[in-house]
Amino acid sequence: MITDILTMMWKEARELFAQRTGLRGGWIGLLVLIAVFGVLMPLQSGAEWLSAPTTILLWAWVPFILVNSVVADSFAGERERHTLETLLASRLSDRAILFGKIGAAIVYGWGITLIGLLVALVTINIAHGEGELLLFPLQIGVTIVSLSFLIAWLAAGLGILVSLRAASVRQAQQTLSLAFLFLFIPLFLLPLLPDSLRDEVSRLVSGLDFQVLGIAFIASLLTVDLVLLAAAMKLFNRARLILSQP
Amino acid sequence: MSLYAIRTERLSRDFTAVRALDELSIEVATGSVFGFLGPNGAGKTTTIRLLLGLLEPTRGRAEVLGLDTQTQADSVRMQCGALLEHNGLYERLSAEDNLQFYSKVWRLPSPDRQVRIKELLTHLDLWERRKEPVVNWSRGMKQKLAMARALLHRPALLFLDEPTAGLDPAAAAKLRDDLADLVEQEGVTVFLNTHNLAEAERLCHQIGIIRQGKLLADGAPSELRAQAGNPQLIITGKGFTPQVIQQLLDRVEVLSADLQDHHLTIQLADGVETAALVSMLVGSGAQVEEVIKTHSSLEDVFLGLVNEDKDISEDVR
Repeated sequence: MITDILTMMWKEARELFAQRTGLRGGWIGLLVLIAVFGVLMPLQSGAEWLSAPTTILLWAWVPFILVNSVVADSFAGERERHTLETLLASRLSDRAILFGKIGAAIVYGWGITLIGLLVALVTINIAHGEGELLLFPLQIGVTIVSLSFLIAWLAAGLGILVSLRAASVRQAQQTLSLAFLFLFIPLFLLPLLPDSLRDEVSRLVSGLDFQVLGIAFIASLLTVDLVLLAAAMKLFNRARLILSQP
Repeated sequence: MSLYAIRTERLSRDFTAVRALDELSIEVATGSVFGFLGPNGAGKTTTIRLLLGLLEPTRGRAEVLGLDTQTQADSVRMQCGALLEHNGLYERLSAEDNLQFYSKVWRLPSPDRQVRIKELLTHLDLWERRKEPVVNWSRGMKQKLAMARALLHRPALLFLDEPTAGLDPAAAAKLRDDLADLVEQEGVTVFLNTHNLAEAERLCHQIGIIRQGKLLADGAPSELRAQAGNPQLIITGKGFTPQVIQQLLDRVEVLSADLQDHHLTIQLADGVETAALVSMLVGSGAQVEEVIKTHSSLEDVFLGLVNEDKDISEDVR
């Protein structure tokens, strides 16, 4: 099973890299992302950037954006390019195909996030190190790494669910864009709240224990990720996938 | 090894209001080529999907290589190769990467993998272009690569859906020869969906004709041809008097004789020597210019069965 998942991930990675040949094929987008999050922002913020809680929030969204950009293609792309039926007619089990596709999306999003983090660390050390090795405080470092992993998983799980049902890559991308907007609705709504209600929210938030809040958030995220994975496993049905082919 | 590679019993599949397959019962001998003929939408692709365990039957059952397609679908797929309606190639990848992926899927041992890929690509004249992305290839080249992928793991049973579509005549002939060799030398069973009647006639040991999900005929090509009608002689010449024709009709091997202008058409019983008949005609004073002996082709059989079934369906309505 593990070998089959790795085989599936190998194929997904080859396709992803084949798709991104040349700067115009998508590498430039990745380079810009790494340049902004790994070079520009650390340079502007200075050494405090390593220990600021906002850093966690910033890095948490990077894998979401990255995974979202590729995951729509997972099943909808195979369906559109007529490769799905041959794949389903192979000896690969349902789980190997599903986990391979989810795994590839997570590794892509999380892997590039980790590279970005390393670039940021190198930038801070070069610009502000003054001969001393600067690192993330342990708690923040662990939180960023685990949170970015869980967010990558969230985006992959959500994307796979949408891609499994979508008739085309375009449709999957549109649905995922809507989901993406939906996640930001609280941020858009906050400024629209009456002043009294906003003050109440601020009072509530400032009174919270961030450590407990962080743990609760990670635990909830893990639960949501597991629910999405279970839903994708339930939804993966060879007959349904075959019959939904164009 | 089981005597039959495929056995279906009243296999049926409904799609909401449409019956795609209606009580299909066939037996395909191990190491043979089974040709499945039928017009578009007849149920050929649905049959392959059912046999590979990709769809569940509404009724009936199927066994492939002695395994139940519903309860042992994974094991069925493990031993089968398939070239389906679409070639299923990852066009952004190179030919080599396509085969590398599927050789990993089929768990070919690492040292054998390269050898097998080289062997197949060389045989199909694709080795020199193995590093190129498939997207730029011609349809025929893609079809050959898809064939290589289907054969990669040396399957015991091969499902082919229109394998020569898009191939030039020389490549199609080579593929047919390769398939015949596979069956003869390695005992592979081939389930072939095709519209190409000449191909079916040349390659298949057994043929099934299907229309609107119903199996209309099943048997060896010679049996089907015999079912469709007896051989006939078309003789062109002069001097076919009523007495001469009566003499012909008196012979047991002659079923009927019909004279139109200078063309005498004689329906014969099966396995009749025609030389004696021609000698008799000449001996009776007829002047024979040309003799043509014809048999029903598979195309006649196919068209006859399909049209006959169509007429019956329309009458019932």
